[in-house]
Amino acid sequence: MSEDLIIPSISSSVNKITISDTSKTGFGYNPAVGPSSNEITEDTSSILINKRTISLTPHSSNSILDRNLNKKVNEISLSSLSFLFCEIVNWCHKNSKGIQDLENRLNGLGYQIGQKFLELVKIREGVKYSKRETKIVEILQFIHSSMWKSMFGKIANELEKSQDLNNEYMIIDNLPIVSKFINVPKEYGNLNCSAFIAGIIEGALDSAGFFANVSAHSIPKDDNPLRTVFLIKFDESVILKEELRYT
Amino acid sequence: MSSYYFTIIGTKDAPIYELEFSSFKLSSHQIPGKSQFPPNIKEILPFITHSSLDLIEESQWSNNQYNLGKIDSFYGISINAFITQGNIKFVICYDNNSANSKYDESSIKQFFVEVNDLYVKVLMNPFYSVNDAITSPDFDLKVKLLARKYL
Repeated sequence: MSEDLIIPSISSSVNKITISDTSKTGFGYNPAVGPSSNEITEDTSSILINKRTISLTPHSSNSILDRNLNKKVNEISLSSLSFLFCEIVNWCHKNSKGIQDLENRLNGLGYQIGQKFLELVKIREGVKYSKRETKIVEILQFIHSSMWKSMFGKIANELEKSQDLNNEYMIIDNLPIVSKFINVPKEYGNLNCSAFIAGIIEGALDSAGFFANVSAHSIPKDDNPLRTVFLIKFDESVILKEELRYT
Repeated sequence: MSSYYFTIIGTKDAPIYELEFSSFKLSSHQIPGKSQFPPNIKEILPFITHSSLDLIEESQWSNNQYNLGKIDSFYGISINAFITQGNIKFVICYDNNSANSKYDESSIKQFFVEVNDLYVKVLMNPFYSVNDAITSPDFDLKVKLLARKYL
């Protein structure tokens, strides 16, 4: 429904303004017409009933929705992964203003991967048999074992709780695969390129409802010079919720 | 024969996909699958869905299943919900005038599990990010096929 507005004569081009408040997708509540939602129409109904195939896109038979999520994952070569990650760091470095900014950028790239990967790993475990993680320790164990395993082919070395602060946890990896061939020059201070992995953890935790800040720190030991600690600081609200619910 | 109103709610409580349909089985209507909600109910369905979000968030932390089952009802309309690990909520509102509600529950669960599969496939698309509206016609068709299969 549209209405012509009466507009004082400004110019001929604007005197025909109509009210058209339709949403981008065409659905939603339009005050002039009422609710309009995505419905089954006569056409779709007959398509569904008669199982007529229709081609929606040129390669509809090959659409992402037809692929299998549980397909066995092929291992990829470490050198190509390292090369790709090297380029990622390089690109972030070129655009960044400083060490902190570079770490933030790497973190941001990992964040989106974490959000998506969490769902994928859960699906691969099988929705029917696995449980949703609702406690801090459980979700951390899930990231430490299942998720780490599907990302790096091994589980992380340690999972610890801070003794001083009750909202800090640590996941420790003796040899993070992405920074295996990265040597940080002295003038870059305490830059750790595993900030990318920290971003993945942060994305996964945030989208699971455990809001946290994750940062990567190198704490070398004699036999593991690349040992990295991922420090996880949970938001106060997460700790409070946990205390109220499960104690 | 029941009518259904299915919505996917993002993490910011905004709907990212919705579909209105009715059971394809034993349909006597001339357009099988077209929803039969009366206009006054149809108008408030999004509100019913939205008001159930509080109850979903309540049981989200006390229940570690994906399928939360029937969580609310509103004047003869039942609301079932499913929540993924990434806090995406699937909500379905339906008028339960069918006698065997046990059967209904399990087929709705099946439907949710399969839609979850499709959702993750959409999520894997690098051009899609969490909380975007799902506008893919391919996804739409697949969900409708699932609706025909299970409900």
